[in-house]
Amino acid sequence: MTESTSRDLFPGALEMMILESLRRQPAHGYALVQHIQQRSNNLLQVEEGSLYPALQRLLKAKLVKAEWGVSSTNRRVRTYQITASGLRHLEQQISSFERMFEGIALVLNPGKSPAS
Amino acid sequence: MVWIPSIFRRGKLDSDLSEEMRLHIEERMEQLMSEGLSPQQATRRARIAFGNPSLVAERSREVWQWPTLESILADVRFALRQLRKSPGFTVAAVFTLMLAIGANAVVFGVLNALILRPVNVPDAQSLYAINPTNDMWASYPEYLDLRARNHTFSDIAALALSQVALDTGKDPSRIWGFEATGNYFDVLGVHPFLGRLFHPSDERGMNSAPYIVLTYPYWHSHFHDDRGVVGRVVRVNRHPFTILGVTPPDFRGTFIFFAPNFYLPMVNHDQMYLDEGNLNDRERRGVIQLLGHLRPGVAKAQAVADLNTVGTALAKTYPNTDGQEQFDLGRPSLPEVLGRPVRAFVAALMLLAGLILLAACANLGSLFAARASDRSREVALRLALGSSRTRILRQLLTEALLISLAGGAAGLAASIAVLRRLDTWQPFSGVPIHVPVQPDANVYLVALLLAVVSGLLFGIVPVRQVLRANPYEIVKAGSGARMGRSITARDILLVTQIAICGVLVTASLVAIRGLARSLHGNFGFDPNQVLLVETDLKITGYSPASIPPTQRRMIDALQAVPGVEHVGLVSFPPLGRGGSWKANVFRDESRDMRPSNAAANSFKYAISPDYLRAAGTALLDGRGFTWNDDKAAPSVALVNRQFAVSILGSPASAVGKYFREADGTRIEVVGMVQDGKYLSVAEAQQPAFFVPVTQQDPLGEQWMLVRSARDPGQLTKSVRAALRAIDAGMPLDMLMWTRELDFSMFPARMASLSLGVLGALGALLSITGIFGMAAYSVSKRLKELGIRVALGAQRKEVLQAALGRAVKLLAIGSAAGLLLGILASRVLAFVVYQATPRDPIVLAGVVLAMVLLGLVATWIPARRALSVDPLILLRED
Repeated sequence: MTESTSRDLFPGALEMMILESLRRQPAHGYALVQHIQQRSNNLLQVEEGSLYPALQRLLKAKLVKAEWGVSSTNRRVRTYQITASGLRHLEQQISSFERMFEGIALVLNPGKSPAS
Repeated sequence: MVWIPSIFRRGKLDSDLSEEMRLHIEERMEQLMSEGLSPQQATRRARIAFGNPSLVAERSREVWQWPTLESILADVRFALRQLRKSPGFTVAAVFTLMLAIGANAVVFGVLNALILRPVNVPDAQSLYAINPTNDMWASYPEYLDLRARNHTFSDIAALALSQVALDTGKDPSRIWGFEATGNYFDVLGVHPFLGRLFHPSDERGMNSAPYIVLTYPYWHSHFHDDRGVVGRVVRVNRHPFTILGVTPPDFRGTFIFFAPNFYLPMVNHDQMYLDEGNLNDRERRGVIQLLGHLRPGVAKAQAVADLNTVGTALAKTYPNTDGQEQFDLGRPSLPEVLGRPVRAFVAALMLLAGLILLAACANLGSLFAARASDRSREVALRLALGSSRTRILRQLLTEALLISLAGGAAGLAASIAVLRRLDTWQPFSGVPIHVPVQPDANVYLVALLLAVVSGLLFGIVPVRQVLRANPYEIVKAGSGARMGRSITARDILLVTQIAICGVLVTASLVAIRGLARSLHGNFGFDPNQVLLVETDLKITGYSPASIPPTQRRMIDALQAVPGVEHVGLVSFPPLGRGGSWKANVFRDESRDMRPSNAAANSFKYAISPDYLRAAGTALLDGRGFTWNDDKAAPSVALVNRQFAVSILGSPASAVGKYFREADGTRIEVVGMVQDGKYLSVAEAQQPAFFVPVTQQDPLGEQWMLVRSARDPGQLTKSVRAALRAIDAGMPLDMLMWTRELDFSMFPARMASLSLGVLGALGALLSITGIFGMAAYSVSKRLKELGIRVALGAQRKEVLQAALGRAVKLLAIGSAAGLLLGILASRVLAFVVYQATPRDPIVLAGVVLAMVLLGLVATWIPARRALSVDPLILLRED
């Protein structure tokens, strides 16, 4: 487990995952961490703190917006929400990521066509 | 520029973030505790899972920090390195900008000082000058009426010019200053530097305040900062006056261009000038400036309406003297008479200076574009290595801004030096005329702004080029492959620049030509070989009755001086600095002598019989005056041709006709003289008439014209001796008439000088522009030229290949510039006397100038092209 988390994600991966999570529903930081870990079947163990610089970058780029509120469990939380430009950005990222992934897969498995 | 608001938001960002992180860890702890961990364990696990909170906070904050500060510094360092690598380019660019921004800063400095800057007194914003719009100036009684009857000014003060003989015990001299009303300093809120100033309470009727206030510069230069002068008694026109105090050094008066030496109470005017009742004469319009503060809450339009009401009432009460007067309000300092031409001229200069800056920007823009294309390989590499285009553009702009700021700083320094020099310059000795243009913060600010704007302007020229650059193509082909034959942005810039320079050169040639013509123009008299002698018999203490015989004796004495041909006497010489009399004249049949009914407002001169011959004014018809045309004889006059045409109907039948003056005197025209210039060389033809000095009230100030076949400069000694023999104490000012004319030529000369300088700057810029372009194209094509030479091309063909394009662009640009310049010169004609663009010499001059400029600018590149050695070149790569 520690093996897999020690490796850095490639730049932009965390932001992409955050945006994808937020696309499904707005969430606060803690819920985002939980969501990403659960969705990846705990394969991706993000250091929880690293989420925050990523969130700040997204805020600055106006891809998400944040608001203080109260959660369903009655906690004071800062909830993040994806913006329209965040959605556009996410789509571009995903498609370029898919192409890159395809390319990497082809290089790693020559002869095999990627599972489609 | 996200960082500007984020500076203010930073506190909020920080607190939001730490709050958020605290809540996050708390939630994790609760989660862990609900899974059964002890609080201590839960805390520890939660912290480990979160990571280092201060590092997280730091990294989060970095996101918002101004990311470019460091990279800007890096850009600046890199740009400096780049510029150091091409010192020739850098020096040329900085020098060009120094000239352009310097010129703009100087012109703006003048504009700022003459037009924008308010008078240096407290509360200057509500201080207005009241300008009569019909008559140039107001009379003292009119001032008193305006002051008493208006409801919109808190108080009104008045100012008149004054020249007095000041005797401080040694070396009596005639000096210029102001007569001011008692409330002048109170209205302005000026406080004394030394002693006290005069106040309304000092005045108790006419001639009741024998006080004089000195200005700081006069006190400084003539009393050597002696604080003991307060209370000392001096003689003003031989009357004892007490020195009250000294005005502060930063108070330069309210009348621009004129640096007074003293202030005297206006109520003492009659005592000083011995003209009984003169000040209270409604027809004597000696008040050159009326000023006051508007009452709080009063709008400008209200005040104008209020003053016009008073004007209407005055015209009803005094129909014989006061015309229907209208008023408007202006800035004090620049009087309206001077204001219009000065404003027009400074605006024209500003426009030309702006053109120069534009030309400089076009020049630098094309240089930058050339550089950028030289560096296209570097740019391509950087792009290929992953640099963003914005980053590369920012770097190019940094270079441009560095150059423009350096040029701006150098230009500002030069302009400050020029302005300081101009500020202390006194073009005429004896007359305290000066141009107060001390630079201030506004000038610095404008220079900085111009530098930044022009930096951006020429910095963005290569932007398109960089944005379009295709790294793959450029790396493959090399930058040299881009020499196309099509028209590039650089060509357009060069043509624009040359056209602008053509405009400047045309404009300055038109101006200089106009000046040359006006200097040799027909003034209606011949100032050569004439010595002027200015005296004032009233100041000297002669009674009105004794003045005419003394004048006669003076003329006879001078006539007897060996070498003297003719001696004339006149109230004021035409085009002299003393100004001129003007009088309302009426047709013979007129019985209504109100100013509104006048046939014309004509120049009027009182002359002695031999004046025409002494002045060299031609008598066209009729007879001149004799000594027999005195008070006992019928009133007679000579008129100029213009007077005959516009008032008497026709020049052929003018002699023998009659006209009237405002007092009803019927005057017979006995002769007609040639037209001339009277107040300004630039004036349209004006009517003028001449009356015998013997039929007028005795003159105080008088001018004698001494014409001699020899150099009249050698006569000064004998002339002085002859007059001193009549009265040893008589103040005498002597100078050549041609020198005296310098005064009235001054505005035209200044105008031509400034236009000439701007034209020279334009020419210089076009040289650097063409040179840059030609040198660049030669250096780009050295290899090609080398091959041509190797293949046996002749010198002519090499030159044509190397410089043909530059010469073609020069021709197109010059033609456009000449055309535009001719159009622009119509504007100049309003400013400069006899400026006409339809002058073959000007046209030829412009063409010649541009050809010469082209030759000079392409000389070095042409030499380089011709000296190409194919062997060395082809070996190179």
